[in-house]
Amino acid sequence: MQIARVVGTVVATRKHRKFDGATLLLVQPLNLDETPRGVAVLAVDSVGAGVHEKVLVVLEGRAAGEALNRKAAPVDAAIVGIIDHVECDAD
Amino acid sequence: MQLGRVIGDVVVTRKDETLMGITLLVVQPITPDREPAGRTLVAADAVGAGVGEIVFFVRGKEASFPFYPGLPPVDAGIVGIVDHWDMG
Repeated sequence: MQIARVVGTVVATRKHRKFDGATLLLVQPLNLDETPRGVAVLAVDSVGAGVHEKVLVVLEGRAAGEALNRKAAPVDAAIVGIIDHVECDAD
Repeated sequence: MQLGRVIGDVVVTRKDETLMGITLLVVQPITPDREPAGRTLVAADAVGAGVGEIVFFVRGKEASFPFYPGLPPVDAGIVGIVDHWDMG
């Protein structure tokens, strides 16, 4: 899983039916020092996250499909938690 | 999933049987600022996207799920056409 920040919301009228009713959010993966890592990706939201919140994201198909609770959904990223805080010794 | 712009299509006559009838499009991944992000790729189209459209695509074997019960050997698939996005 990755730590990421929700940076935007996405509207897509025409999409695969397995996305119907799902919330699509743009999330920016973060390093531990909260600097951005790589490109922002789209994730389905299964926990009710909002813009600016720090979240836990799975970037793998099977886990993302399970988070969405739909079989055979063509997804590869899902928000699975809202992070309260991260404690880490490594700086 | 990732944002991308459809910049072309690919015609493949001789191909895996399970790819028959599936449109293959060339996608340039983009950032939310609409800047190119990394290499272009070929993706199977599950939503009827066209050249010039902004889409989102999935990577990995999940790209084949829209074609079930077919199991095409694809590793990227367009699964939505983006109307717009709002940055917080």
